[in-house]
Amino acid sequence: MSQLKNLTKGFIKENPVFVLLLGMCPTLGVTTSAINGLGMGLATTFVLIGSNLVVSAVKDFIPDKVRIPSFIVIIATFVTIVELVMQAYLPALYDQLGLFIPLIVVNCIVLGRAEAFASKNSVGSSIIDGLGMGLGFAFALTLLGSVRELLGSGAIFNFKFIESDAMLVFVLAPGAFIALGYLIAIINRLNKKNA
Amino acid sequence: MEYAIIIIAAIFVNNVVLAQFLGICPFIGVSGKISTSVGMGGAVLFVMTLATVVTWLAQHYILVPLGITFLQTITFILVIAALVQMVEIMLKKLSPSLYGALGVFLPLITTNCAVLGVAILTIQKDFNLMQGVVFSISTAIGFTLAMVIFAGIREHLDNMEVPAGMRGVPIALVSAGILALAFMGFTGLV
Repeated sequence: MSQLKNLTKGFIKENPVFVLLLGMCPTLGVTTSAINGLGMGLATTFVLIGSNLVVSAVKDFIPDKVRIPSFIVIIATFVTIVELVMQAYLPALYDQLGLFIPLIVVNCIVLGRAEAFASKNSVGSSIIDGLGMGLGFAFALTLLGSVRELLGSGAIFNFKFIESDAMLVFVLAPGAFIALGYLIAIINRLNKKNA
Repeated sequence: MEYAIIIIAAIFVNNVVLAQFLGICPFIGVSGKISTSVGMGGAVLFVMTLATVVTWLAQHYILVPLGITFLQTITFILVIAALVQMVEIMLKKLSPSLYGALGVFLPLITTNCAVLGVAILTIQKDFNLMQGVVFSISTAIGFTLAMVIFAGIREHLDNMEVPAGMRGVPIALVSAGILALAFMGFTGLV
């Protein structure tokens, strides 16, 4: 039961983007379309699972004083793996996400989970935590991407719903801030109702 | 002329926060007051410029000659983390007054993606060292400009009657969106 809770807490209750407000830069930067949001979310999920796994496995061997730099090296390793794999097999998505792939290193969610969860828990629950948080992040990015794509170009995942002219501003920079602001307000309201 | 284009593009047209979405965390987190925004901007200016110089040197004199450019991400983040620590220790010793002003912001900067972002962009855009320095200084100025304007807006927002659900971050994000809309007016300037 508690493992299940570990997995699902990332979706609404402790959603890294909507509730914890972590990782805002990629959230705003890449969500011009649903597919970009999903791609970025899955890349981050992979890094989260990998870094949580390694951090929880080696936590007893790392002296306390150098733990943050060690975590960063572990995270950067997985980011480099994602970077190279994406460049090789998904070049189009890699070009779209661009700078934000190497910037997964400084995504506060990844270091935050390594420090707050993986460095204190077993390998098994750390993997589940990474998976849950990562999927929560991917869910948030896909949702925001879908909203922006729908409003900005009348489509979701490239399926066109609305033929007439859409509000282009939502695909551009200002739309990112505005759409996320309203989404967070809605999620706040939902969380309050449930509590 | 070439430098003027880099400067105007980095401050206004491709503003680091409002157009490129780098450094959003401090932008939302620290921008409650104008004075702290200026402090954060100063710290970013300092670290960003230093980091760009050091990572540029590392890229061109270590990574490229050895053919290990795939280690770029790891190298850069370690260089920046070490640099921030060093700056903190040196400032504490050499200039306690400056440390007092910037000190609390320094640890936050390691996770400021704008610093790593600018270091990587400098390499991607194939800038030489001087262009890199100008680029990072103007990016930091653009960051400070956006932070200070935004802090001014938020100081006023505190006195407004905001609907309950929109209070805090949501209204801040929507105002940032409107600010970004204003900055879009600079598009096409360069």
